[in-house]
Amino acid sequence: MSSVFRLLFAPGFFASSPVHVALVAGGMAALVSGVVGTFTVLRGQSYSGHALADLAVTGGSASFLASISPLWGFAGTGVIAAGIMDMIGIRRPRGRDLATGIVRGAGLGLAALFLYWDTTSTSTTGAAVTILFGSMFTIGSNAVPLVVGFGVPALAVIAILYRPLLLSSVSADVAAARGVRVRLTGLACLMAIALAVSLAAVTVGAILSTALLVGPAAIALRLTSSPGRATVAAAVIAVAMTWLGVVLAYDSFTWPPSHDGWPVSFFIVTLIFVGFIGAQLTGRARRVNG
Amino acid sequence: MAVTMAVSDSAQPGEISGQVLAVEGVSVQLAGRQILDNVCFAVGPGELVGLIGSNGAGKTTLLRVILGLQPVTGGRVSIGGRAKGRGLVGYVPQKIQLDPDMPVRARDLVGLGLDGNRLGIPFPSRQRRLRVDEMLEAVDATRFANQRVGNLSGGEQQRVMIAHALISQPKLLLLDEPLANLDIGSAQEIISLLAKITQRQQVSVLISAHEMNPLLPVMDRVVYLAAGRAASGTTEEVIREDVLSALYGHHVDVLHGHGRVLVVGHAGDGFEILAGDETAAAPGHPDHSADGALSGLEIQQ
Amino acid sequence: MFEPFMVNAWVTASIVAVIAGVVGFFVVLRGAAFVADAVPQGAFAGAAGASLLGINTLVGLGLFALAGSLGIGWLSRRARRDVATALVLVLMLGLGALFLSFTVEYSSEIFSLLFGEVLGVSTTEILPVAILGAVCVLAVLLLFRPMLMSSLAPESSAAAGISTARMELIFLVIVALATSLTLPVVGALLIFSLMIGPPAAARSLAASPMAAMGLSVVLAVVTVWVAIAASFETNWPIGFFVGAGGAVCYAAGRLLAWWCTSRNRRVSGS
Repeated sequence: MSSVFRLLFAPGFFASSPVHVALVAGGMAALVSGVVGTFTVLRGQSYSGHALADLAVTGGSASFLASISPLWGFAGTGVIAAGIMDMIGIRRPRGRDLATGIVRGAGLGLAALFLYWDTTSTSTTGAAVTILFGSMFTIGSNAVPLVVGFGVPALAVIAILYRPLLLSSVSADVAAARGVRVRLTGLACLMAIALAVSLAAVTVGAILSTALLVGPAAIALRLTSSPGRATVAAAVIAVAMTWLGVVLAYDSFTWPPSHDGWPVSFFIVTLIFVGFIGAQLTGRARRVNG
Repeated sequence: MAVTMAVSDSAQPGEISGQVLAVEGVSVQLAGRQILDNVCFAVGPGELVGLIGSNGAGKTTLLRVILGLQPVTGGRVSIGGRAKGRGLVGYVPQKIQLDPDMPVRARDLVGLGLDGNRLGIPFPSRQRRLRVDEMLEAVDATRFANQRVGNLSGGEQQRVMIAHALISQPKLLLLDEPLANLDIGSAQEIISLLAKITQRQQVSVLISAHEMNPLLPVMDRVVYLAAGRAASGTTEEVIREDVLSALYGHHVDVLHGHGRVLVVGHAGDGFEILAGDETAAAPGHPDHSADGALSGLEIQQ
Repeated sequence: MFEPFMVNAWVTASIVAVIAGVVGFFVVLRGAAFVADAVPQGAFAGAAGASLLGINTLVGLGLFALAGSLGIGWLSRRARRDVATALVLVLMLGLGALFLSFTVEYSSEIFSLLFGEVLGVSTTEILPVAILGAVCVLAVLLLFRPMLMSSLAPESSAAAGISTARMELIFLVIVALATSLTLPVVGALLIFSLMIGPPAAARSLAASPMAAMGLSVVLAVVTVWVAIAASFETNWPIGFFVGAGGAVCYAAGRLLAWWCTSRNRRVSGS
């Protein structure tokens, strides 16, 4: 038993301070992503989540220019972008996807500009990599209060708007007839998504944050039909995979080819993908067996 | 051209307070078109009323007006004597978001009917669960209570939505084209369910439909909508050539046969069915001549 | 900016724009914005892997674009389209991150792969790009009518003997090819701005499908030319101008369309 333990956890894992930060910050981000992600998938807004993630890139690169913590940049642009997306929001899903895509493109273009300035004006050469692919082992412990500070409101929004969100996702008309402020509820949800995405961006990078947002939720939806249980399951899966990813990444410091460690984001994303395929296959097996 | 077709039982000022629903002179104009023109009718307690009209006649708009989702350019609606009917009206829409992925089971959806508009997370109380079970039983949905709504058949979904609308004990139940996508068997089940509900639960029901024949056996009264104008009363009073011709603005024939009614208008050389039984059409041939005919008529006007 | 070494850039960019305009027309029509967005990002991983292995990046691009495209197609039959796409995409990107972490000098390479590089295609590569691009465009033009039918009315086209599944497959392959060709110049993250903005604008402005496609190509070419010129002058990344250009196209298209319809309404006298 203890040899398995030593196999899984490379020496120094539990003592390492960056690992602690990674586990806490990553865990929190995963928790928020799992919960918010369930509603993202439920409302068919995965693409909006993806767009917000890319717009977070814009904010992140801007924050490097301003020398502030990337989380502010991510969250700031995320929230503003969510507001804009809601404002120009169009009813039909196709129209919405197009508008979202265009805003994304403009935002990414801007990000290109900022990153270019980052590399030429400041001396941060790794800005692009950090923003795009995350920096879980290097965020520093002062990021933790920030992560909690952004995570709690996102969770609160979902908890408070749980029922109106469910109802308006099933039928906006019925919800409106019962007095639900459908537009406002949708906007609040989008904001929560923006915050969740920002947190995920800090840990696994903006580009990969979609995986954390959508993956565990998608897996949970394969496993259970009850909304409450799906939300909890998504959170649990997200945190489990994130922590496992951290463990593997730490272990990988001794692996070839560069003996510098494989990226944490890679592990988390792969785990999520494997989990998703697994859930798909078991789902099908269950249906076949009746 | 404000032709107020109030045949009988329409809202007289003194009678409003007794009615569950009173629609007085409602007009709605959208994008330059007169969708509803001085519509008047009332629904009494425990009545089952059919809102009949072909697609595009303005039924959904009228329902939205009653729900408070559509502003009017004239007239008013009162529910239970009050202007705002929140909490008194249950609504069953024609379509809901049907993703099989959606983690919402039949019992979750019915539960949302109790408190879906309240903030916070529902407290899993025994009492709540009992009420949900009760309601599911009443619409005969217990056997698929734990299945995802997206996986249910059209008829089953309809029943869950009815349960959802009824569980908050409204005075008025509105259904938007509940029979539209159902086969004959399911449609009959829903109709008998609704008739049972009006009797047992003392709820008034307003059903919009473009086929009136399935509803003929159970309707107390009918509100016939054509070209934005309405005529209300019993079937004998309203489904008559003189009344409907005045409504359409040109001559129509009303044919009776085999317990069914057909409203036929003339267009060009031939005739078009304006309101009738689409089940008369061959299976696999969705007969939408009714829509085409009516839109053709509106252009001629 | 018309120096000999820039001629290369102008030519490739024009080819790229034509491809984007033509394929983008169907991307917008089929509501496949997310797919067209995801495939290039997956292709990015292939490019990273290829450069790691020291082989031609175009090959890596192409392979991963194809794999991603087909993966999305396969998965979407089992799960909802948006979730499937998101996950395949992200897996590819994760792999890309992995490959990149193995290389030593990679910051600028990432940048140009993601955000575009005016001189992204070398002179030796122009010919293969042009040929493959022509193949792409020809394929779309040949299959124009069945593709159009299966995009607009899947059920009736099935009755007419057009296999929607096969059209979808062909569409995915074309998107994969188009993105691989356009990625080196415009950048993975911004290709689809070029594939969405101009066609979306064209769709609002043109009534017939052929006209819309033609307009889409024209707008795409103009966007790219402006982007090159601006990038050359300011030294800012071309991706910035493409992203902005795509947005401008789209906004202009919608504004014009709205203005036309409101003018018609005023003329007909409501």
